Amino acid sequence: MAATATSVVVPATIDRKAVFQRYATYAILFGVVVWLGVNLIHAPAQFFSAGAEGLNNGMLYALIALGYTLVYGIIELINFAHGDLFMLGALFSGFLLTTVMGQTTSTLLGWVLLLVTLVATMAFCGGVNVTLEFVAYRRLRRAPKLAPLITAVGMSFILQFIGLKWNGSTPQQWPTILPEGSFGFGGFEVDYSLLAVVAVTVPVLLLLKWVVTSTRQGKAMRAVAQDQDAARLMGVNVNRTISFTFLIGGALAGTAGVMYQQVVGTTAYNLGYQMGLIAFTSAVLGGIGNISGAVLGGLLIGVIQGFNDGLPYGFHQKWSQTVVFTILILLMVFKPEGLLGRPTTEKV
Amino acid sequence: MSGANGVTETREPMLELDEIHVYYGNIAAVKGLSLTVYPGEIVTLIGSNGAGKSTTLRAISGLLPVRRGTVTFQGRKLNGVADHEVVRRGIAHSPEGRRIFPKMTVDENLDMGAFLRKDKEGIAEDREMILELFPRLRERISQKAGTMSGGEQQMLAVGRAMMARPQLLLLDEPSMGLAPVLVDVIFETIVRIREQGTTVLLVEQNALAALEVADRAYVLESGSLKLHGPADELAEDQEIVSAYLGG
Repeated sequence: MAATATSVVVPATIDRKAVFQRYATYAILFGVVVWLGVNLIHAPAQFFSAGAEGLNNGMLYALIALGYTLVYGIIELINFAHGDLFMLGALFSGFLLTTVMGQTTSTLLGWVLLLVTLVATMAFCGGVNVTLEFVAYRRLRRAPKLAPLITAVGMSFILQFIGLKWNGSTPQQWPTILPEGSFGFGGFEVDYSLLAVVAVTVPVLLLLKWVVTSTRQGKAMRAVAQDQDAARLMGVNVNRTISFTFLIGGALAGTAGVMYQQVVGTTAYNLGYQMGLIAFTSAVLGGIGNISGAVLGGLLIGVIQGFNDGLPYGFHQKWSQTVVFTILILLMVFKPEGLLGRPTTEKV
Repeated sequence: MSGANGVTETREPMLELDEIHVYYGNIAAVKGLSLTVYPGEIVTLIGSNGAGKSTTLRAISGLLPVRRGTVTFQGRKLNGVADHEVVRRGIAHSPEGRRIFPKMTVDENLDMGAFLRKDKEGIAEDREMILELFPRLRERISQKAGTMSGGEQQMLAVGRAMMARPQLLLLDEPSMGLAPVLVDVIFETIVRIREQGTTVLLVEQNALAALEVADRAYVLESGSLKLHGPADELAEDQEIVSAYLGG
């Protein structure tokens, strides 16, 4: 009897904790659904425009988050300079399109040159990122983890000061060549800029997916991420693969930079700090090192932020960051590996 | 196979280590080891834990630098060749602890083994040959490698190395942690791999089993060569067996 009694009690205590966690999750989700439902019924137009705005930001977060997650996945470094790379991308885009090529309005030539700017900025940011890795991180490859981490913080300051010299200490306004205004369907208004962001981000993400899953370099990337020495034995050039990863991450940050400069139109030298922190949060939310996770995390945070800022019943903009980081903290408590991350089960 | 000595001595060696020294940081793990492998042989490197067996293999495939001495493969020096170039020269290495890519499928792992090869038909042929050798891998072909049992992972590690179609295959502890039945399968496979024309340098803790399949053996003790000779003679020498082989 005693034996059966204890064997019943022990699982019961474990269950109680799991059950509490599950119901807490349900309660939170229920609260969110009620909140969204009330807003949807009360102000449907606002609901959709807030969601669209959020999606717009979310795609930029996703593009930047990918750079964090790719680099972390391959050398387990949190590249703190990545947000600032995005900032340089936005400055480069404005410099090239407006200052050098003089495009300020929505013309056909403007659109073509925007495409040129996009490619040039991707190459620029990719190049800067590869250089950072080559100059600063490569020789610390076998150093204790803290050394490259602190170096990354240092690189972040260096890029910020380049931005400070280039942009000036006050925010700078740029003309945009994207058409102003919005289009309506069924009574809801969607900005044209959202279309432009979707038209650029979706193909870029599909291209990334193809590179990682189907090309030789992509296979090499995955192999190096999983086991560097084993990858070497297969004939993978590890240094070149890491450079390639930084190139891709940089190009994605450049894409986000062009989009931000065109859609938001304001650049500041500390832009990378704000955007980078939220993008990094997105990468962690989705499960750092996981590519789909970074996209999902970015979109989620963007949409949540959009709803919070734009809905009539919400915490509004001044609580925006609080909401984002509260979600991160809750997730870290209940699911520390992130939404799509998995606890590692590697056998040795 | 038979009469591997005597006959082989007159042939050109495939792999030759001449007085190599290998370090982990400042600690010498291999001190002045010389070793020769002739084409078509199975040579085994045995010795207790920490004798420098795995270190020797890692030095051959370039994962560790050779501080002094030379490594010559098919008449060309291997010292200073970049780690990822060694497999291109014809040496594949199935490392200690298997080191398969856990998040890739069995198929993708085999594909990684042929990373440097361009001959699509040859790759398909070898893949088929390996799946014949290890039918278990065919059953698991789309499974994530990290979710397989230790024995299956070991088969995959050997198969992945074979996918490079190497002239020399380095096998590090292929029987480690396996059930006795699987150990037999692995050793039978090693013999079959040699029959297909691949030379094998085998590192083993299971010395008696290794001596059974090998032509010649080198016994290592604390990073230096203790003795070497034909495998069957070493296996019969009771004194040697009890002193160095834990038999």
